[in-house]
Amino acid sequence: MTPLWLIPLIPLAGFAVNGLLGTRLGKSFVSVMGVGAAALATVAAYSRLIPYLSGGQGTFIETYGSWIAVGDLSLDLAFRLDPLSALMLSFVTFVGFLIHVYAIGYMRGEATNAGYARFFAYLNLFMFAMLVLVLAENFVLMFVGWEGVGLCSYLLVGYYFDREYAAAAGTKAFVVNRIGDYGFLLGMFGIFTAFGSLSFSEVFGKAATDPGRYAPALSLICLCLFVGAMGKSAQVPLYVWLPDAMAGPTPVSALIHAATMVTAGVYMVARCNVLFRLAPEVMLFVACIGCFTALFAATIAIVQSDLKKVLAYSTISQLGYMFLACGVGAFTVGMFHVMTHAFFKACLFLGAGCVMHAMHDDLNVHHMGGLKKKMPITYMTFLIATLAISGIPPFAGFFSKDAILSSAFESHEPLGKVFWAIGLFTAGLTALYMFRIVSLTFFGTFRGTSEQEHHLHEAPRSMTGPIIVLAILATVGGWVGLPAVFGENANLFARFLSPIVTPIAGRELAHEGLPHAVEWLLMAVSVAVAASGLYLAWVWWGKGEGRVPARLAATYPRFYALLVDKWRVDELYAFLFVRPFEWLARVLWKVVDVLIIDGILNATAFMVELTGDFLRFLQTGNVRNYALTFLLGLVALLVFVIGAI
Amino acid sequence: MIGSIPLSDVLLASGALFSIGIAGVLLRRNAIQIFLSIELMMNAANLALLGYGAAMGTHEGQIIVFFVIAIAAAEASVGLAIFVALFRHTETIDVNKIRLLKW
Repeated sequence: MTPLWLIPLIPLAGFAVNGLLGTRLGKSFVSVMGVGAAALATVAAYSRLIPYLSGGQGTFIETYGSWIAVGDLSLDLAFRLDPLSALMLSFVTFVGFLIHVYAIGYMRGEATNAGYARFFAYLNLFMFAMLVLVLAENFVLMFVGWEGVGLCSYLLVGYYFDREYAAAAGTKAFVVNRIGDYGFLLGMFGIFTAFGSLSFSEVFGKAATDPGRYAPALSLICLCLFVGAMGKSAQVPLYVWLPDAMAGPTPVSALIHAATMVTAGVYMVARCNVLFRLAPEVMLFVACIGCFTALFAATIAIVQSDLKKVLAYSTISQLGYMFLACGVGAFTVGMFHVMTHAFFKACLFLGAGCVMHAMHDDLNVHHMGGLKKKMPITYMTFLIATLAISGIPPFAGFFSKDAILSSAFESHEPLGKVFWAIGLFTAGLTALYMFRIVSLTFFGTFRGTSEQEHHLHEAPRSMTGPIIVLAILATVGGWVGLPAVFGENANLFARFLSPIVTPIAGRELAHEGLPHAVEWLLMAVSVAVAASGLYLAWVWWGKGEGRVPARLAATYPRFYALLVDKWRVDELYAFLFVRPFEWLARVLWKVVDVLIIDGILNATAFMVELTGDFLRFLQTGNVRNYALTFLLGLVALLVFVIGAI
Repeated sequence: MIGSIPLSDVLLASGALFSIGIAGVLLRRNAIQIFLSIELMMNAANLALLGYGAAMGTHEGQIIVFFVIAIAAAEASVGLAIFVALFRHTETIDVNKIRLLKW
């Protein structure tokens, strides 16, 4: 049986080799090393997962020794394999591997060996950190991975560090994440204070067996943890970094900012479901934030013209859905959406990368059009992923999104129906904006320059291969989680993940399930809404060539401008936080540092100089003056000595 | 012999020589004269050493004086060489006119 430690260690080794030697060893070696590490990690993970799935599926904890032992705090270096980490492990390694393969083709044009090696080294480091994050058995080890993926995100967003906007985007991602990380840290401190331990099994065990004792402290703790999740998973109000993170290379956007890292927040909330369930008001808060984020990001996505930006806002919106699911208590459903989203969103981003290559790095959808004929494979896969994200059966997104909506509908919170209604509306918006970019990109006639038109070509096989695999997954990936109407045990996925939602003493999991008629109805409604979103987008942008939306924009110019400016949230933050902070920094610089600290120093030096300026006139150069001074000094000394006797 | 002269007389003579030396150093302008005055002060010190040595009945005083004379000879040669060099450059050994080391 493959030990768990081996799985993250392989990409770490890949990182070390590529990072230390890659520059000298050339591109082909770096490709083999980087992709090989990802492939080996995938093989190692699946060689462990397949026996795990066929066997008992319990919880395996592998302890490799004591890590930190200070006072009351005792942490083990331990990994954990349970259904939740198994799920994450399966798609982090596999999707990660596909994106590594894609990156070979995508980064081929990279000018220098050093840049190429750096890219693959960082990708491997990311894999390592993400695997540590999902396999960790205690909060601190999880935090190591959590920070590691944040670091890699920063490094890869700022990969083109010679472009100012990319460097700024990297910094923004890091700083905004830091705010969330602070919340996570506070949450960990809270957990240690309340439970005296940071090990998952111990903390969750204590909370589940004695909820009355711990519940009061948990509201604050869960709130802090959720702030961490907000930062990492780009929820309102900490979502602002994700659209900017698109400054990184497209494989990075696909791997880190769509498929894996940004779902770490959802994973963490699902991991801590015992704690969150004991803090119902925080759950409600999670659901509200998720629901609002889903709608908010979708409204922005409709009017953006940058292909990757639309996908970024759609990622934020889908992450909102996942938190909505967690907030209404459907943790397994949230994780289901994490998985299906990883497939179709990675597929979309990689497709966008192919388009970007064909278009000479131009991402403006208004310059595209008619790419269907030139790039058939990209078109087909992009279309499949779009149908999946829009929630059209039988594609993967339908099952997960429908499960989220029906969980919201049946949630016992009074707001459940509201969540459902907003979620449904957002699903319509999702279909609208996704099919908008499909229409603008692939249908109609080409609107770019003739130079671009000549350059249009299908991507190389190393790029189309991964997209095809992801498109297949985006098609069939949802079938593991069929809704209950297909039979009591149709939902393999929910059954597989059910052990992670451990029962809490004294609080039964009240789950009645909806009547089948209602469930069919909900499904029909959501499909109808998604289909009408698609149809509207087709009529507006596909057939109508954007005349109707242009007229709408002209009718409400201020509202349209507000949407194009992304509700001016960045400007609001700049006004509320960035500029006051810059002002404070300027005060510290100009007043405290330059004026006070440097002032004290310079004043001292000036005094010394001034004294010297006067005293130097004592140096007459006349030897006899010196001799006289010498004598006077001697006399004074004698008088002093004799006087003392 | 110096032992037959009272110590106070020896010290008075030494003090007088020393004072003459100081006066010479401070008042003279010719570098060689200043130099001779310094020699005078040194010999005043030698005289005091001899007087004390005789009064205490030991030989150390005389031994130190031999050293001083030997070193003074070396010092004199160095000093005179400097004056020669100085004179070649500036055509003068009037210390009032040689004021290079000032602000």
